Amino acid sequence: MFEVSLGHYLTLGAIIFTIGVIGIFLNRKNVIVILMSIELILLAVNINLVSFSIFLQDLSGQIFTLFILTVAAAEAAIGLAIIVVYYRNAGTIRVEEIENLKG
Amino acid sequence: MLAHAIFFYFFSFVAIISAIMVTVSKNTVHSVFFLILDFISISCLFIMIGAEFLGMIMLIVYVGAVAVLFLFVVMMLNVAQQKNQWFKSSDTSTHIPIGLIVSLIIFFELIIVIGGWKYKPDIIENFSDNLISNSTNTHTIGSVLYTEYIHLFQISGMILLVAMIGAIVLTFRKREGVKRQNYFSQISREKNQGVELVEVKSNEGVKIDV
Repeated sequence: MFEVSLGHYLTLGAIIFTIGVIGIFLNRKNVIVILMSIELILLAVNINLVSFSIFLQDLSGQIFTLFILTVAAAEAAIGLAIIVVYYRNAGTIRVEEIENLKG
Repeated sequence: MLAHAIFFYFFSFVAIISAIMVTVSKNTVHSVFFLILDFISISCLFIMIGAEFLGMIMLIVYVGAVAVLFLFVVMMLNVAQQKNQWFKSSDTSTHIPIGLIVSLIIFFELIIVIGGWKYKPDIIENFSDNLISNSTNTHTIGSVLYTEYIHLFQISGMILLVAMIGAIVLTFRKREGVKRQNYFSQISREKNQGVELVEVKSNEGVKIDV
């Protein structure tokens, strides 16, 4: 209980990952919250990589966390730009009303 | 060790609660605030576990750049206040039970993977040991990142460049009736178009037709 091991960190990563997946599946609001859920998922992946890197004494996990951070920042920028353009064209970003793809 | 455990449980509790609040809160601005809280508590965990450089970089990149970008977009698009929470607006709510089932299956699979990992601890011996113990975390990351992973580092720089150009190109908009510079005609202007050499006779002056 009071010995924080690798499993604790991995469980935390699993919980945050699942919350992010739930946020994507069950979202009825706007697309921005879906992007935030994707950020949560990437954060959970980062937790797993860093905790493995620390507990296994291997630095590659932290390096790849840096790369994931880069990709997450780029993805947020592109996604938000797409959302801005879509809002300018369609006037809404509610998930229920985005139905151009008939999905 | 007890303090470490207490801090771990505190930070992870805050992180989980704020992650839940990101997905369920009614106001999108509140979601962004809870996202910031989540990033800060996770970066506290990183600093606590010994990855100080990544914790600080997470603070700078996520809280300083990404969350501020989200806030800008939320405030610019006027979508902050929504009518319903996601679990209340259920006229076409066939997604909710299936989504919950799939999410819970994913969670239990992850837990099972962690349990399987704990029963195989001798894998730890096989990994390389490139953490130099007598230098700081930032020093060791730099010594590995700029030597072994230099190509990935440069490719990630290219990704950032492409993302920046893509965001600018996507949101760029030409408006009517706004005077803009035409760089090409500015640069391609030559001397004989711009400057004229006039012989001026004395006491006659010069007549300039503009």
